[in-house]
Amino acid sequence: MIELKDITKVYHVGEIDLPVLKGISLTINDGEFVSLTGASGSGKSTLMNLLGCLDRPTSGEYWIDGKNVANLNANQRAAIRNERIGFVFQNFNLLPRTSALENVMMPAAYHHPALSQARIRENALRLIRLVGLEDRMHHTPAQLSGGQQQRVAIARALINNPGILLADEPTGNLDSTTSVEVMNMFRDLNRNQGLTVIIVTHDPKTAAFTDRAINMSDGLIMEGVAQELSASLKK
Amino acid sequence: MKPWVLLVTCLRGLVRNPMRAMLTILGIVIGIAAVVAIREIGEGSKQQISSDVASLGADVVNVWGASVSNSGVNTGRGGRASLYPEDAEAIMRDCKETVLLASPTVRAGGQVIVGNKNWSPSSIIGGNEHYLGIEGWKVVNGRAFNKEQVDNSARVCLIGQTIARELYAGKDPVGQEIRIKDVVFTVIGVLGSKGADMGQDKDDCLILPWTSIRTRLMGASMDASIVRAGAANATRPSATSTFPTSSVSFYPGCDLQPYTGAPHPLHTRTVDSLIVKVKDKENAKPAMAQITAVLRREHNLAPGVLDDFEMFDRGQISTMVTSISTTMTTLLMAVAFISLVVGGVGIMNIMLVSVTERTREIGLRMAVGARPRDIMAQFLLESVLLCLVGGLLGIAMGHGASSVVSGLAGWPIATSPAAWVLAVSVAAVIGIVFGWYPAYKASRLDPIDALHHE
Repeated sequence: MIELKDITKVYHVGEIDLPVLKGISLTINDGEFVSLTGASGSGKSTLMNLLGCLDRPTSGEYWIDGKNVANLNANQRAAIRNERIGFVFQNFNLLPRTSALENVMMPAAYHHPALSQARIRENALRLIRLVGLEDRMHHTPAQLSGGQQQRVAIARALINNPGILLADEPTGNLDSTTSVEVMNMFRDLNRNQGLTVIIVTHDPKTAAFTDRAINMSDGLIMEGVAQELSASLKK
Repeated sequence: MKPWVLLVTCLRGLVRNPMRAMLTILGIVIGIAAVVAIREIGEGSKQQISSDVASLGADVVNVWGASVSNSGVNTGRGGRASLYPEDAEAIMRDCKETVLLASPTVRAGGQVIVGNKNWSPSSIIGGNEHYLGIEGWKVVNGRAFNKEQVDNSARVCLIGQTIARELYAGKDPVGQEIRIKDVVFTVIGVLGSKGADMGQDKDDCLILPWTSIRTRLMGASMDASIVRAGAANATRPSATSTFPTSSVSFYPGCDLQPYTGAPHPLHTRTVDSLIVKVKDKENAKPAMAQITAVLRREHNLAPGVLDDFEMFDRGQISTMVTSISTTMTTLLMAVAFISLVVGGVGIMNIMLVSVTERTREIGLRMAVGARPRDIMAQFLLESVLLCLVGGLLGIAMGHGASSVVSGLAGWPIATSPAAWVLAVSVAAVIGIVFGWYPAYKASRLDPIDALHHE
C-alpha cells in the first residue's frame, strides 16, 4: 500500500522558492490500477519522481508497505526502487546494442541478495514469454519496433518481482494500436498478477484504461475533478 | 553487483565502440611500449657492459704509488715511486688466501720497427711471468716468456694482433726480430685478440719482461749504488742476484741526484704499479685489505702513517659504468612515464565523454536500483580494463620494438618479465587514477536529470 501524507516539494531556483507540490495526501491500495493525469507544470512529473523514490519530498511522509521512505538516503532509495518498483519510460530506455533478454536481466544485477545468473536468466525468459517476445529475445532494441521495445521494458520492470509498476507516459511514443496493446498488457498484469500499476499520462484515452484517475492541478490533487473524471472515464 | 556480472557489463560497454576503445588506449599502448622497450634495451646494455668489464678483469687489483702533493700540486695516482718488484713477490707469498697471482708492471712508450715498417704501439708493457695470466691474455702463436727470461732481462717480447697485422702482414712473426726503441728483441709469441675497449685498441700492444723494459729500454740499470741504497733498507730481500749488474749505466747514480737529503732515495728500481689477481671475483675487498697489510709491513710504515700506495680494483669500473647506464635508463624511463601520464589523460578525456554520452544509461541503471557505488565501480573498471588491455598491447609492442632494434642495431636486450608485471601494474594504476574522476562524476549524477538527458 502506498500512502502519501501532506507531501510538499519546493524547488529552489536562485533566490526564489518554487513550490511544486503543495500538500498532497493520497492512498493507493495494493492491486489498484491508477492513472495520474494533469497538464504540464501541474506537478505530475514531480509527484511521479517522488512515488518512484527517485527524489525526496521537502516535507511530509511517504509510506510504502508500512515503511516511511521519505527520508531515506540515496543508497536506501536505490534498494527500494530495485526491489519494490518497476519503471517503464516513455522512450523505453533500453540499453543499445544489447539483446532484449539481457536488457530484461539488467536490473537483477543490482538486486541484493544476488540470484545466480542461471536463475535470473530463467526469470527473464519467463517474462519475455509473458510479454510475447520469445522469438525476439536475442534482438537488439534497434531491431525491435516501438511496441516491442516497450514490452521488453515492461518485462525488465518485472524482473525483481516488484509490487508497484510505475509507467511514465508509456504510450507517448507509440501509435494508437500499439498503445492499446501495451495498455491491455498493463491491465492484464494488474488483474492477473495483482500488481499495483500507476500510469502517468496526459492522454485521457490512456487514462481511460485505468480504474481510478488522479488529476493534478497546480501542485494539488483535484479530488472532485478526479472522481468526476474517473466516473466519466468509466462510462 | 557480482564481480563477474560487473566485468561482463564493462566489457559489453567497451566492445560497443571498439574503434574508440582502441584510440583511447593508444596513449597507454605507446607509453607502456616505450617503458618496456627502454627497460629491455637498458637492461641488455647493462648486462653487456658488465660482461665486457668482467672480461677486462673484474678480479684484478691495481696498486699504485700514492699521490704526492708538492706546493699544492697533486701528482695524482702513482706520483710516489714506492713500489718495488719485491712487493709483488711478497704479495704472492703472504696473501695466498686471497690472491692468486701478482706482477709488477712497468710501461714504456716508443716506436717499434720491423724491416722497413714502423709503428707506434699504444702501449709497451712489462710484467713478470704471471702478467699474462692476471690480465687474461692468451698466447695464440708461439709461447709466453718464463721466469728465467724475466730474471735475465731477456730480449724477448709478445705482440698483440694489431702489431702482428701492421708489421708482419701475414708472415709468421714468431722468431722474427723487432726493434723497440732501437733495441733488437725477438718475438716469441703472438697474443690472442681482446678487441677494442672504450675506444682503445687493446691489441695494439707489446708485452715484455718488466726487467727488459727497465734495463734495456729505459736505461735504468741496476747500478751498484742503487742496489746499495735498496740494500740499506734491511727489510728488502736482496734480489740483486737476479738482476744483471754488468749492464751499461745510462743514468748517473743515486748519489748524484739532487734529492740526496730526501727521506726516500729516488729509486729507479721501483716499478710503475703492481697488478694482482684476486681469488674472489665478486669481492676484492678482503684481498685489498690483506695486500694493504703486507705492503705496509714491506714498506716499514709505522701505525698512523698514511699508506704510500693506492689501490684500485677493476670491479669499480664495472660498478661505475653500470651506474652510468642505470642513470641513463632511469632518465629514459622517466620520459616514458611522462608519455604514460599523457596516455592516462587521454583515458580520462574519453571516459568523461563516455559518461556524458551514456548519461541516460546511467540514469536508467540508477532508476532500476544501481547505487552510486555500483555506477562508480562500473566506470572505474571500464577504465582499468582499457588500461590493462593497453598495457598488454604495449608490452607486446615494446618487446617487439626492442627485438627489432636488437636485430637491426645488434644491441643486446634482456627480456624482463619483472618489467612486464610492472608495466601492467602501472597501467592498472593509471586506469584507477585517471578513471576515478569520470567514474565519480557518473556516480554523482541525479537519476531524474540523467534519465531526461538528451
